[in-house]
Amino acid sequence: MTKTLFDKIWERHVVENIDDKQVILYIDQHYIHEVTSPQAFDGLRKRKVKLFNKARTLATADHNVPTKDQHLPIKDPLSRKQVEMLSTNCREFEVELFGLNDPNQGIVHVIGPEQGKTRPGMTIVCGDSHTSTHGAFGCIAFGIGTSEVEQVLASQCVIQSKPKQMRINVEGELSPGVTAKDIILYIIAKLGVGGATGHFVEYAGETIESLSMEARMTICNMSIEMGARGGLIAPDKHTLAYVKSKFPNENWEESEKYYNSLFTDDDARFDVEYNFMAKDIAPMITYGTNPGMGIKIDGTVPTKEKLSSASSMQALEYMGLVHEQKIIDLPIDYVFIGSCTNSRIEDLRQVAKYVQGKKIASNVKAIVVPGSHKVSEQAKEEGLDLILENAGFELRGPGCSACLGMNEDKIPSGKYCVSTSNRNFEGRQGPGARTLLASPLTAAACALNGKITDVRKEIETV
Amino acid sequence: MRSQWKNYRRKKRNRDSMKFTQIKSTAVPLPMEDIDTDQIIPARFLKSTSREGFGENLFRDWRYHTENTQNPDFILNNENFSGSILVAGKNFGCGSSREHAAWAIKDYGFDVVISSFFADIFKNNALNNQLLPLTVSPYVLDQIFNAIEENTQTSFEINLEEQTLKWQNSSDIITFEIDPFKKHCIINGMDTIDFLISKRDAIKTFENEHVVY
Repeated sequence: MTKTLFDKIWERHVVENIDDKQVILYIDQHYIHEVTSPQAFDGLRKRKVKLFNKARTLATADHNVPTKDQHLPIKDPLSRKQVEMLSTNCREFEVELFGLNDPNQGIVHVIGPEQGKTRPGMTIVCGDSHTSTHGAFGCIAFGIGTSEVEQVLASQCVIQSKPKQMRINVEGELSPGVTAKDIILYIIAKLGVGGATGHFVEYAGETIESLSMEARMTICNMSIEMGARGGLIAPDKHTLAYVKSKFPNENWEESEKYYNSLFTDDDARFDVEYNFMAKDIAPMITYGTNPGMGIKIDGTVPTKEKLSSASSMQALEYMGLVHEQKIIDLPIDYVFIGSCTNSRIEDLRQVAKYVQGKKIASNVKAIVVPGSHKVSEQAKEEGLDLILENAGFELRGPGCSACLGMNEDKIPSGKYCVSTSNRNFEGRQGPGARTLLASPLTAAACALNGKITDVRKEIETV
Repeated sequence: MRSQWKNYRRKKRNRDSMKFTQIKSTAVPLPMEDIDTDQIIPARFLKSTSREGFGENLFRDWRYHTENTQNPDFILNNENFSGSILVAGKNFGCGSSREHAAWAIKDYGFDVVISSFFADIFKNNALNNQLLPLTVSPYVLDQIFNAIEENTQTSFEINLEEQTLKWQNSSDIITFEIDPFKKHCIINGMDTIDFLISKRDAIKTFENEHVVY
């Protein structure tokens, strides 16, 4: 019987069927962070059970950490307590932890692949919806709640129902100035914020195959923003080269044999399939309060006829925008380059290359937050730190930062922020903050001009 | 302001009393679509290390203006609406995996959320907390909103055993789907973690044979 890539990985991890839908699914790698794990560790304590398999668990502190003066104690007492509790729990349950100031610390979805922990054909979970990022390696990776975190700590398994399957094919060559972030924002705008709910998505086609591993992570990262349980891409020579460099393995040949078996068979059936052309994709920007409310950067906010629900009216009011308004040239206040979507070395390289020798506009405050200490070190080694700082960007220490308004980095009420993160929900970057999601390249162009800018026009004039 | 909120909140229940088979209650309508978990409970309130007390900040930025004054236009601040059933537009609970969203809704006093579809992670989180995510068709959802609009005191009856929903002045009985295992867990107040702990031997055997490449 023909199988999809998803089927092949799923079937290898089913321990037992519970009923027609629910199965006990074995998890190869569990990532944890400070926000969604304390209640789960508490549960273990109350039940008097040990961690089932500590070798398959890795922890880091990322959501609450400040990105300035990381060597000092965290100022906010509640954030400090949560980060300290993670250390206490990891010590008690013997979990490997990359805590604050550890040279390996960083955003959980950046450090997993970096450490060679994320590898093809695995099942991976974390109490964080952007766990879908790891699907870039050909994994079944998805976000879970805290009760499920406790399930995994206690049994290395989660109870799940098998999702439906969707394939999204993107074919052809991308235009200059168009990046992986634009591909995924385009797809989400087409499918809508709930368009893939109940499904696991396989991304395929020559455009996807042409992307680097980091670009693939950006795509898979945002699968959840259209409601997908997760997204994955079949491993290929790029994947294997990346994994080999991070995970020296004596039995590489055997591993390689398994990795090479991970593809969707010809004629395998998907519940839904979409086809897109790379040439139709332009640099994207969001205008509303969910990631599905995106348009081409030179486009206009949809008409009243197309955008009339109570939710979308509230979104426009919140964003201070009106129907049929052009977004281009809208003055902005902040630029945030970071988050598990776009904080890897290639993102920083792209921004640095673009802003080299230029200055950001005087009305803009712009920060660059690397995804991990390793990314940060690499950036310094390549001299990117100086380029960015000379252009007026503030380079911070690693963490989730202004993606979610949980630490010190927040956008003030009413201010516009072009952000390379993944969510533009009301208040996401701080109460009243107005987020416009875009690619690192678009964000860099907006920072230089102090307004929403079509990076394609800038590239033409270079 | 805070004391008023307490009036709406039901008494906290211990875990054993969370199980239920039938509910009869009025409902609170929130006819917005794509309500994300950042609205249900903003990230800045996720710093607690316990499961309790999140109801206080449920829909915080919709319930309160930025200067912390109550927003009288928000439905939870409207005395005409109360009950243990929340009715919301499609794609309820999209966004983050934070179980705090389910904890906040349950802690506030809701036992059921009705919508035409739920985000996957939220749905699992709700079920793991004896909060019933009840999916109805878009047509039925409209009917429910209309019924509440006509009479804010419309009483809804949910029978989990029978998987049925009906309400005052409605001739139809609506049936809904729920996975048998999840239904069993809610009706019996069963804990999925204890269930998995009971399977640890079988999982160990599986693990010993399973190669992670």
